[in-house]
Amino acid sequence: MMMKKQRLILRTAVLLLLLTAVGYTIYSNFFTEKTEIKVGATAPDFVLTDLNGKKHRLSDYRGKGVFLNFWGTWCKPCEREMPFINEQYKTYKKQGVEVLAVNVGEPKLSVQKFVDRFGLTFPVVIDREDQVMNAYEIDPLPTTFLIDKNGKIRAIITGTMTEEKVQQYMESIKP
Amino acid sequence: MEQVKCECGHVNPFGTAFCEACGKPLEEAEKPLLDMRYEGSARRSQTYNKTVIDKIWNFFSSVKVGVWLIVITLIASAIGTIFPQKMYLPPNVTPAQYYEDEYGWAGKLYYELGFDNLYGSWWYMLLIALIGVSLVICSLDRVIPLYRALNNQGVTRHDAFLRRQRLFSATKIADDRLLETIKERLAKRRYHIREENGNILAEKGRFSRWGPYVNHIGLIIFLIGAMLRFVPGMYVDKVLWIREGETKEIPGTNGEYFLKNEKFTFETYQKGKENAVFNAAIDRVGSGMVAKTYETKAVLYKRVGPVIAGEEPKLKKIKEYKIRVNEPLKYDHYALYQVDFKLNELKSMSFALVDKQTSKSFGMITVDLLQPKEKYDLGNGYQVQLLSYFPDFYFDDDGNPNTRSKVPNNPAFVFKMFAPDKPKGEVSFVAIRQTIEPFGNNKYKMAFAGIDTRNVSALTVRRDFTLWVLGVGGTVFMIGLIQGMYWNHRRIWLKRTNGEVWLAAHTNKNWFGLKREIQAVIDGTGIRMPIDQAEIAKKVQGGDEHGTA
Repeated sequence: MMMKKQRLILRTAVLLLLLTAVGYTIYSNFFTEKTEIKVGATAPDFVLTDLNGKKHRLSDYRGKGVFLNFWGTWCKPCEREMPFINEQYKTYKKQGVEVLAVNVGEPKLSVQKFVDRFGLTFPVVIDREDQVMNAYEIDPLPTTFLIDKNGKIRAIITGTMTEEKVQQYMESIKP
Repeated sequence: MEQVKCECGHVNPFGTAFCEACGKPLEEAEKPLLDMRYEGSARRSQTYNKTVIDKIWNFFSSVKVGVWLIVITLIASAIGTIFPQKMYLPPNVTPAQYYEDEYGWAGKLYYELGFDNLYGSWWYMLLIALIGVSLVICSLDRVIPLYRALNNQGVTRHDAFLRRQRLFSATKIADDRLLETIKERLAKRRYHIREENGNILAEKGRFSRWGPYVNHIGLIIFLIGAMLRFVPGMYVDKVLWIREGETKEIPGTNGEYFLKNEKFTFETYQKGKENAVFNAAIDRVGSGMVAKTYETKAVLYKRVGPVIAGEEPKLKKIKEYKIRVNEPLKYDHYALYQVDFKLNELKSMSFALVDKQTSKSFGMITVDLLQPKEKYDLGNGYQVQLLSYFPDFYFDDDGNPNTRSKVPNNPAFVFKMFAPDKPKGEVSFVAIRQTIEPFGNNKYKMAFAGIDTRNVSALTVRRDFTLWVLGVGGTVFMIGLIQGMYWNHRRIWLKRTNGEVWLAAHTNKNWFGLKREIQAVIDGTGIRMPIDQAEIAKKVQGGDEHGTA
């Protein structure tokens, strides 16, 4: 009887150990970000210049919520959500939410045309050397980071957003 | 049911095929020869099957299951090489589109089934993990009973054990001193000799039996190394596309390092320029068809001061290096490998403002395709405005000109041309080999006047701190392999019974070698050379089948 019990305990222990190792690998690979860029982490600081030549530094926006959107003029989903962001920005600007739209290094000319076409009122900056894209590990466009008043990433949204969603997201980072 | 006591007094675990100590068969004899695999020990997984834990354990303990897991993984891995994986696609393409455009319906299916990211998929990981589990449990389940059995083996073996060995002989013998000679000869051949009541067990190379398990430990270390890649900071694998003349941040270095591409060179073997012995080979494929060099002349910089993304970096030059295939630029555990290239990417395009009728030119403009200017003044009242720019032009679903990406693969422009006689300007849409005048007949046109190109190099950025773990795993794997392959576990038993000397022998491989060794050892002693019972059985069988004797 003793041997049987010992064997059961031993086998359970070995199986548990293996399960933990396998579980950790799968979990860390598929359910967590492998990087510093994850929900709850501090958003990496950056400085970029907008179309009017004004520098925007993320850390200067502490105390406000920042709706950080990465986009390109060729990206149709980006194009769809831009008017929604523009519309909601009018309301939430007064409530302490800023929008920063980071273009992924296109010619100023193209970006300016795009901004004029949609009458965008929030600052649009150009990441000319991909540095900010690297820091935020942008893969698909559009990608939006919701950053709260303490500079922490609250959510990462990839893919296009509806106007309702945009409104909800801005509401969520109101200081 | 728990344990079985043999007549020699040794207590064996349930399921043992023959006694660990004396070798007396505990199960009914079916075949004339004993199955010596795992020393007849009970693989306990095969004998206890009560709880859920036992059932899981037994599943993984099965070699059959292990082999199937490996076969499935092999097939999956092979499928992953049919088309390129997602991570190796050119930048700025949409995978869904790319696979279908390049490979048709097969590519589409490939993408839809998720094979585009096969090696990173959860089910592939799970397969590898299951192989790992199978490896651990299979090994544990076999190495422990084997160790027990080899450790408990007695010198005096049961008659039935000896007679049912593959090599066996019995000799009537009077002179006891013969055994002394044999013992000496065995010792000279590095056998370990144990003696008990005048019976002898000579054994050598037992450690080769541990080879497969050492090998498995190596594999497990290797898998742990692979697992470590998922720990942040342990492994970096990125791609950097960099144009000639550009200085760019190296991705994966957290903004610390920058690289400048001074020049990318692609060379081929040219007829007449190479050693004459290559001529035939060059003729066969054609001159200029075989690649000779892919080289990026690069300068590595380190950023000085705090890292703020987007800020114009202060750079300190670290080194210059010519990156070639298999000659990476290495620094601070990072390595940059030459991996891909794109020749003659458009850099700028030149146009002349021309009167369509007289063909008179009023000056030339050059448009930088990455940062085009908005206005180009040609003097004398002539001016060109760039209204819109599409670096990778196509007509979208709504029929409007649009761009596919920011890469100038197929640039198109909307120009507005001003002249003294056309103060309001004329609009012209210019693409490669295509001009559209949306508002009717223009007096002026933008005549294509030339292009400037440059090459783009792609480099792989690698940093791998798991490499030494993989190295240790691989080394242990090799040691295990060598241990099991190049040594044999040989045992020779000599038993005195009723005035006879019984000789039996066993080896885990290389029976021919064992036979030759026995021959040398018993030479001149009068002991009969053992008969290979397995071979006799084969001959008898063969005779039956073919009807010859």
